[in-house]
Amino acid sequence: MSLPPVEPWVVLAFSAAIFFVGLFGLLVRRNLLIILMSIELMLNAVNLTYVTFSHQLSSMAGQMSVFFIITVAAAESAVGLGLVIALYRTLKTVDTDEITLLKD
Amino acid sequence: MTAINPIAFYLFAGVALAFSVMTVLRKNPVSSAFSLVMVFFSFAGIYAILGAHLIATLQVLVYAGAIMVLFVFVVMLLNSDSPSFDFRRTPALFRVAAGLVCAALFVLFVRVFKNSPPVLTPGAFTAEAVDAAGGNTRVISELMFSEYVLPFELTSVLLLAAIVGAVALAKRHSVAKPVSKKGVAHVAATR
Repeated sequence: MSLPPVEPWVVLAFSAAIFFVGLFGLLVRRNLLIILMSIELMLNAVNLTYVTFSHQLSSMAGQMSVFFIITVAAAESAVGLGLVIALYRTLKTVDTDEITLLKD
Repeated sequence: MTAINPIAFYLFAGVALAFSVMTVLRKNPVSSAFSLVMVFFSFAGIYAILGAHLIATLQVLVYAGAIMVLFVFVVMLLNSDSPSFDFRRTPALFRVAAGLVCAALFVLFVRVFKNSPPVLTPGAFTAEAVDAAGGNTRVISELMFSEYVLPFELTSVLLLAAIVGAVALAKRHSVAKPVSKKGVAHVAATR
């Protein structure tokens, strides 16, 4: 049994699937930690899109962009988790429904 | 453009898709975090299939190493029994609507990716050219220190800002002791 080689659009469709799984998690979950994990999923899906186009078009610009996106993602998760810790220390919760400091 | 190995791709893609769904839907945050590790490793495999060897290595080092350690630490620090980890707490109508919107956008994206013609002309970095120039890592590092040197240096500023920001956010602010009225007023004014 031999499968035909994968077309680039299949890889792009797969990364879109991961992106929308992440978006679904971002919309549905009510916990800041899981929301941050969903954002990481979406960032990874976008990185895969970049690398696929880089492969398809024989260009290195996509892989350079992914390098910088990985750096930004590391910074983002460090600051985001710092925010989660600070929030938990203040409110004793990381539930987005209970974070209503600016409402009352 | 070289052909993509189908068996390896479908293996990694299936693992990544299954574990990403688990990341989003699991109630236990620790199992969400470890599903996310599996997703990151599968993505590293797909990057390697696509010939992006440096990106695959960075994916394992930065995502599966550094970022996941951060996540697991924070999961351990927080109270993981709280009901906010259960996604069934969000209203059912909202869940269905979110699922429908995501599915519709996914179908739209797949149609665009499948039917759009390639608009850009291929560049010079074919697999053979990259191999002849000394491999993926060498080509990227040469580009990084010639064409992309300004973004690379700016990245270091970004990382410095992130370090300072994370420390400032996570630092435990000392509770002001009411020693005198003047001191309390001073603390209240500065905070």
